[in-house]
Amino acid sequence: MKGIVSYGGYLPLNRINRDIVFKVMGWLHQATYMKGEKCVANFDEDSVTMAVASAMNCLEGFERDYVDGLYFATTTSPFKERRCASIIGTALDLKSQIRTADFTDSTSAGTSALIAAIDSIGAGSANSILLCASDVRVGKPGSSQELSFSDGAASLLLGDDGVIASWEGYYCVSYDFPDHWRTENDKADRSWEDRFGREQGYRKFIPEAISGLLSKYDLQQKDIAKVIFPGIYPRDHALICKKLGFEPGQVQDHLMTVMGNTGAAYPLMILISALEDSSPGDKLIVAGFGNGSDALLFHVTEEIEKVKGQKRGVKRYLESKRELDSYEKYLAFRNFISTEGGIRAEAIPYTALSLTWRDRREILGLCGTRCKKCGTPQYPVQRVCVNPDCGAIDEMEPYRFSDKKGKVFSFTGDMLAFTPNPPGIYAVTDFDGGGRYWFDVTDCDLESMEIGMPVEISFRRKYVDERGGIVGYFWKAVPIRL
Amino acid sequence: MAEGIKDKVAIIGMGCTKFGEHWDKGSEDLIVEAFTEAIEDAGIEKKDIQAAWYGSCYDEFNVGKSALVLSRTLKLPFIPVTRIENLCASGSEALRGAVYGVASGACDIALALGAEKLKDTGYGGLPEMSTTLGTKYRVIFPGISAPGAFAMMANRYFSKYGMSVEEGKRVLAKISVNSHKNGAKNPKAHLKRVITEEDVLNAPIIASPLGLFDCCGVSDGAAAAIVCRADIAKGFRADPVSIKALQIGISSGEELGYTEWDGTYVESTVRTAIRAYEEAGIKNPREEISMMELHDCFSITELVTYEDLQISPRGKARNDIEDGFFAIEGKIPSQPDGGLKCFGHPIAASGLRMMYEMYKQLQGKAGERQIKDPKIGLTHNLGGFPQLNVISLVIVGL
Repeated sequence: MKGIVSYGGYLPLNRINRDIVFKVMGWLHQATYMKGEKCVANFDEDSVTMAVASAMNCLEGFERDYVDGLYFATTTSPFKERRCASIIGTALDLKSQIRTADFTDSTSAGTSALIAAIDSIGAGSANSILLCASDVRVGKPGSSQELSFSDGAASLLLGDDGVIASWEGYYCVSYDFPDHWRTENDKADRSWEDRFGREQGYRKFIPEAISGLLSKYDLQQKDIAKVIFPGIYPRDHALICKKLGFEPGQVQDHLMTVMGNTGAAYPLMILISALEDSSPGDKLIVAGFGNGSDALLFHVTEEIEKVKGQKRGVKRYLESKRELDSYEKYLAFRNFISTEGGIRAEAIPYTALSLTWRDRREILGLCGTRCKKCGTPQYPVQRVCVNPDCGAIDEMEPYRFSDKKGKVFSFTGDMLAFTPNPPGIYAVTDFDGGGRYWFDVTDCDLESMEIGMPVEISFRRKYVDERGGIVGYFWKAVPIRL
Repeated sequence: MAEGIKDKVAIIGMGCTKFGEHWDKGSEDLIVEAFTEAIEDAGIEKKDIQAAWYGSCYDEFNVGKSALVLSRTLKLPFIPVTRIENLCASGSEALRGAVYGVASGACDIALALGAEKLKDTGYGGLPEMSTTLGTKYRVIFPGISAPGAFAMMANRYFSKYGMSVEEGKRVLAKISVNSHKNGAKNPKAHLKRVITEEDVLNAPIIASPLGLFDCCGVSDGAAAAIVCRADIAKGFRADPVSIKALQIGISSGEELGYTEWDGTYVESTVRTAIRAYEEAGIKNPREEISMMELHDCFSITELVTYEDLQISPRGKARNDIEDGFFAIEGKIPSQPDGGLKCFGHPIAASGLRMMYEMYKQLQGKAGERQIKDPKIGLTHNLGGFPQLNVISLVIVGL
């Protein structure tokens, strides 16, 4: 049996109420109004960092060596050429002997990557694949996309042992449908008339894929516990379900009002939220939307009971949030307005890429060392033990800090050093189990900081060197989210 | 312990420019000024100098690497000249080079000179940290600044000794008020304004809990010392100042890498002080030291240094501060020249600037700021952060 072995979600902490956006930009197109709120990636997040966060949520309790492959799905890759799956794999401290691939250029990338991952396992070329789907979607200021697009990530660990939802099959339709597109020079999507996308695409492809799936596997609507697909057009979502013959109780909440359209991650995020409430025996249909539609069929197993109640999934992240009350800050985070950082902001030195390659496990993977003589964990990597009573030389073993929690030893909020989001908060952190290091602190207000505050470690953009086209990824401390 | 440096080397001349924002002067101008004053004070000529040590920290923003800037600016005639850099302790390191050079017998008369031009960066504060950390640490260090690194010590200190931020800040404010009081009487100081505790408390935050007036001035300046063998010093002047101890101590990395250090003191200062007192033969520093110039880059630094130097008991510096123990008329006047706080802080010049004040005080030439009959002066020069640092302690007397 192959299928989903574990799941993990991630929503950025920041939410912006759509009323705040509409209040500033609604004068442009009054018809864009949409209620609710959307997720906003922090200034130091992108699709890669959020993928890592969801993967860490998914892999909690699993040995990292269990993972044989990593597929990444996004429409908002930070790079045109550089495999994000490899960055994510290094950050997760996965072994190097794994297959990796990025699936991109369509909001169906998440479901397409899922089919490919299942195929890889089915073909026997991998025992397990970690699938990460993540998007930071931007719409032009004043557009309806600006209100509906959102940021988030989902990870699924797929394998053939300990399966919580078994793979039962799929039905795909693929069309070169021009409802929206983006060239390599576009920052935001271009789109054809909204009504066209809705009526000729959304209302047609999703029913086509779902009914195709039902007839392919000879299923009746009553056999399905939940039908799950993006609520890009909420009213049409309900219409489609009704037309397909599903009762309201069989329809999974599409989270459009509280989360928004997270692109390639969207169908997988709502699949995860369905799994969080599912029972053994449930049959789930999940469909993606983008250049057609992929409809997938899962059967929930007894194993689901084992993961229930764990801090895994999407729902807890939905509840863990902070209001971003400034639209201007949102625009600055997404680089729609260029802010004055002063000459300090320009003082970014070059990145020695041979060094970051050499020390990739230490930098991207946050692996330090632990002394085999005295047991002291230490970061960064040391050859001479830092314990003054030990001092052993070359008695070290690798020690991963990224999955450890810690406590704030001391902190400050800095108004002098450059950061795009002052004050720059940083803290010396003492890790539970030993080890001390200092980190930038993010997703946190200075007022809530205190000595002894529990923190965890989160993969983030530390700096961006526009001149060199470099995104400097590293780890920051954050208050424990879940 | 080794025999040490006590009374083997004496300072026979010193020079120090006015510190401040010298928009119209470069490092070369500052070097010439400090040097000219020093040789005139020593009553020697350039040709008498047999070796020189030049301290400058931010070569990236300043005059570049090597000691050539010193030799070329002063036209030193093909003598050994060495540039040294050890963060904010670079000036004291230059002095150590010269003192050790003379003590070793390699030369009889040596020059130590430190200069720093900070106001060519285009922004306030020290140069952005990431530009100075090297290729690896710029990637894995947080976005720290000097005030931020010391602010973390203030938060630890307040927490350990049960002070609210408001209470702690008021104690720190008294330190800055004292420095401003002294600095206002110093014609060479960068900041010459008397301030009140309310001024300090109401100032904008730089790195919480430290505000603007908890931070020292960022300045341009240079200072120089001429040192010679102690046994020939009186041939140059009647009142040479003798080096009693000169110690450097530097972090092993355990403060930031191990979990023993509690963040309310500077380990290197504690350990270096023990060595310096032993070298100078000081048994009871609180009784024997007459005056001090401490590295008050931030008010909290000065507070913990009182304790690290065994002047105030652990956790009790507050009492001495509130009692006026460190005021100019107190038991151990501290920062009689205004300190880094008001004299200013051109990095590599600061260690020698501190010595300049001790030297003038011992000779009774400190004018309005003159301390009555001082016997022993101490300078404390700190480079880096509480978590990672270089400490220099120099003890001098007549």
